[in-house]
Amino acid sequence: MYHSAIWDEPLLNELEENKKEKYVLKTVLPDALQRKRLIDIPHLDETQVIRHFFHLSQMNYGIESGIYPLGSCTMKYNPKICEEISHWEGFAMLHPYQDETTAQGTLRIMYELEQMLCEITGMDHFSLQPAAGAQGEFTGLLITRAYHEYNKDFNRDEVILPDTSHGTNPASAAMAGYNVIEIPSTKEGTVDIEMLKKVLSDKTACFMLTNPNTLGIFESEITEIARLVHKAGALLYYDGANMNAIMGKARPGDMGFDIVHLNLHKTFSTPHGGGGPGSGPVGVKKNLERFLPIPRIVKKQNTYSFNYAYSDSIGKIKATYGNVSVILKAYIYILLMGGDGLKETSEIAVLNANYMKKKLIDSNLYQLPYGTLRKHEFVISCEHLRSTKGIRAVDVAKRLLDYGLHPPTVYFPLIVKEALMIEPTESESKKTLDVYIDTLLRIAQEDPSLVKDAPHNTVVQRIDEIGAVKNPILTWNQLEKTKEQAT
Amino acid sequence: MQFIPNSPLKKTMLNELKLHDINDLFSDIPQEIKIDNLRLQPGRHQQEVEGHMRTIAKQNKSFCEMPSFIGGGFKPHYIPSAVKSIISRSEFYTAYTPYQPETSQGFLQAIFEYQSIIAELTGMDISNASLYDGATALGEAGLMCTRITKKKTFVIPENISWEKKSIITNYTKGAGITVKQVAYDAKTGTINLEELKKTIDDDTAGFYLENPNFFGVFEDEVEEIHSILQKNQSLFVVGIDPISLGICKSPGEYGADIVIGEGKSLGNPLDFGGSTLGIFACKNEFLRQIPGRIIGMTKDHLGKRAFCMTMQTREQHIRREKATSNICTNEGLCMLAAATYLAWLGGKGLHELSTRNFEQAQKLRKKIIEIPGFSTVFSGVHFNEFVLRCPDAVKVHHHLLQQGMQGGLLLEQWYPKLKNCMLFGLTEVHTDESIERLVSLLKEVD
Repeated sequence: MYHSAIWDEPLLNELEENKKEKYVLKTVLPDALQRKRLIDIPHLDETQVIRHFFHLSQMNYGIESGIYPLGSCTMKYNPKICEEISHWEGFAMLHPYQDETTAQGTLRIMYELEQMLCEITGMDHFSLQPAAGAQGEFTGLLITRAYHEYNKDFNRDEVILPDTSHGTNPASAAMAGYNVIEIPSTKEGTVDIEMLKKVLSDKTACFMLTNPNTLGIFESEITEIARLVHKAGALLYYDGANMNAIMGKARPGDMGFDIVHLNLHKTFSTPHGGGGPGSGPVGVKKNLERFLPIPRIVKKQNTYSFNYAYSDSIGKIKATYGNVSVILKAYIYILLMGGDGLKETSEIAVLNANYMKKKLIDSNLYQLPYGTLRKHEFVISCEHLRSTKGIRAVDVAKRLLDYGLHPPTVYFPLIVKEALMIEPTESESKKTLDVYIDTLLRIAQEDPSLVKDAPHNTVVQRIDEIGAVKNPILTWNQLEKTKEQAT
Repeated sequence: MQFIPNSPLKKTMLNELKLHDINDLFSDIPQEIKIDNLRLQPGRHQQEVEGHMRTIAKQNKSFCEMPSFIGGGFKPHYIPSAVKSIISRSEFYTAYTPYQPETSQGFLQAIFEYQSIIAELTGMDISNASLYDGATALGEAGLMCTRITKKKTFVIPENISWEKKSIITNYTKGAGITVKQVAYDAKTGTINLEELKKTIDDDTAGFYLENPNFFGVFEDEVEEIHSILQKNQSLFVVGIDPISLGICKSPGEYGADIVIGEGKSLGNPLDFGGSTLGIFACKNEFLRQIPGRIIGMTKDHLGKRAFCMTMQTREQHIRREKATSNICTNEGLCMLAAATYLAWLGGKGLHELSTRNFEQAQKLRKKIIEIPGFSTVFSGVHFNEFVLRCPDAVKVHHHLLQQGMQGGLLLEQWYPKLKNCMLFGLTEVHTDESIERLVSLLKEVD
């Protein structure tokens, strides 16, 4: 069982008596700009810096520590070979503006990855520029706007999405200037087609959908949804966060989606880095190609180059060409897996999720709202535990930490009360899944007070998050001020 | 399969689910959209893939084989092994966003330290936990100025990269913000104050000043700019190169409200332009309007110091369409590299590094303008990048390339006025030999 190290690790500026030597700054700039005071970053020896951050690393759970079943996050194993190759000088020491004839290798990788993603999703063209899923969404919505404006259709200021959508969907739509219309899901947990018909109009710019949705349910009416959306003159947007469920089984392009974003840091195994860097490529159908961000990569007689000559393009969404180090790792991953391996990936990811789901609901300790078949993730409810024993989803999550296991996503999607959203991925063995299931069942039967006070075995115990909001301490200078005020 | 432990257990597990075939799990996908296979190559052995990647890597010319002197905001810097070692700790690099603070204290503390250092560096009160890059940080700053002032015009200088201009337009268009440009002074390369006075008015939400600017020139009339903005109750957004802050005043000292910048130079490799690190810091009074994640210090229920994500009601996973930004995944590991790098350097180390960058560029510029035909374009004081006019920039570029060297960035395509101009950039990693070689190659061009 995983036990984190517990260090009472001081802040960097508390590590040593600050060696405030007298140091005279060299004057090189005009007086209006010359820095006169040395920047107050402590002067530490390399040994101290390494030990400090090493201690911090030992108080952090990663995918190599154990199962990390955050729903909609696809926390799968990150192959070592991808990491190693991405650090090679031949890739890492390349300047974004160096002459493109001297960067043919990386351009080739980007070009070929675009082709591979087209095949996986059934789209016609891709751009690798967006830095993360949410930026992919934003890009897709800028493309949506450009498309309607190109068609002299200036009236469309609404984006429709279901109430199960990821928080980034409405946030991206709002940022792109759209009014957000959220439609409730049916009793089956899927898109309410009658409701969709009612809200679709000549004001609809697009409908954003995740398929399978965040409950892990495949939207079987997808072709009808696509027909309705297109009939209204709107576009259909695919949030690719859940692509790990259907590779080699079905493709958004064939379902009728016009725009797709993928998360290379989910489906294609690049590490999350504690919250990035990610990569959120955007794919479109042929009729939207002209709007993709520039530059595009083109291939002529085995030579690759950047092409900026797309006058209808939305322009730039991120500096340079995307998070290339992430792009590189995803490319290597796809080569390793191949078409057969990606299909196997989705099959086992779905098998693992359904296996866990069955064992958990057979116990009757947790409930599964909506139908039974799931794809790569499923959402169970702790509502029964709450009403009978006062144990909430957050308590179960914290108690899992005591058993050295990373909790699932909690309280999402919002339509499920006391939700635990579990995505085991294909990376976990049956034995690990069994341990996780048994632990969840055990927690449900434990003394409620033990669960409600959890965690007990972690670096810190349950954290006062409300206090953090009431009295924000966001830097070590603010900490000093708080201390001064207290004395 | 190499990364799918349950592959051999497919049958056993299906039996437990009372299913016979794996396809039973996909019966909810309508037949007409089902596919049998992906038309990709079959999976390959790691060893074979490694060989393939070696072949591809040879089609690139890295900085090590082909020294380059390109400016434009991205430049190679020395990365200490200590930084590489820390960001290679898989507890860090394979972790998710720290949603469960009790098991993510290490990363959370590191982010808190990053925020502290960035605040100190920029002279601001607070910093977020990173945005995608410097250019999108500008986009977010533009939006934030309008949220704060309720005014709908954002002003940018002409002397920033074309990429930033496109990105700020894309980011602010949805909010109905008009982006206006102010010309630079053709002589100094800095912002034209008269033009600025004419452009900034009551409707201006904010003005962005890049310091040093895209031409590498330090903007020295910062006090005057600050007072123009104050008069119009417009916010002052300053873009920085963090390395330059070792010698240059922090923007907080000259009145900035928001400070942004590209932080890639802090311990992150070039990587053909990505992954990047968006720095975003501001005054404490704007805390509730800041985009992206923020980490706070608090206590656990036994009173022990603890860290967690805070002020989350600004964020998309809570506020959905009312969030301050759509950002979720940011640039966590690049931020960690920056924190480790700056801790490794210390304040003194950063000052020395910054000085060295400044002096290297002064030295190179002096050597090049001694060559007949090469001349200075801007009189302003520059940091580690500078613009020079060449006899024939394209010819220079190709001559250098033939000789295995990459010269400055050709500026004419983005700034038609700057015909035959090149933007050079160099740092502490450029050796005397490579500098001498560049100079002697430039002399060869006729």
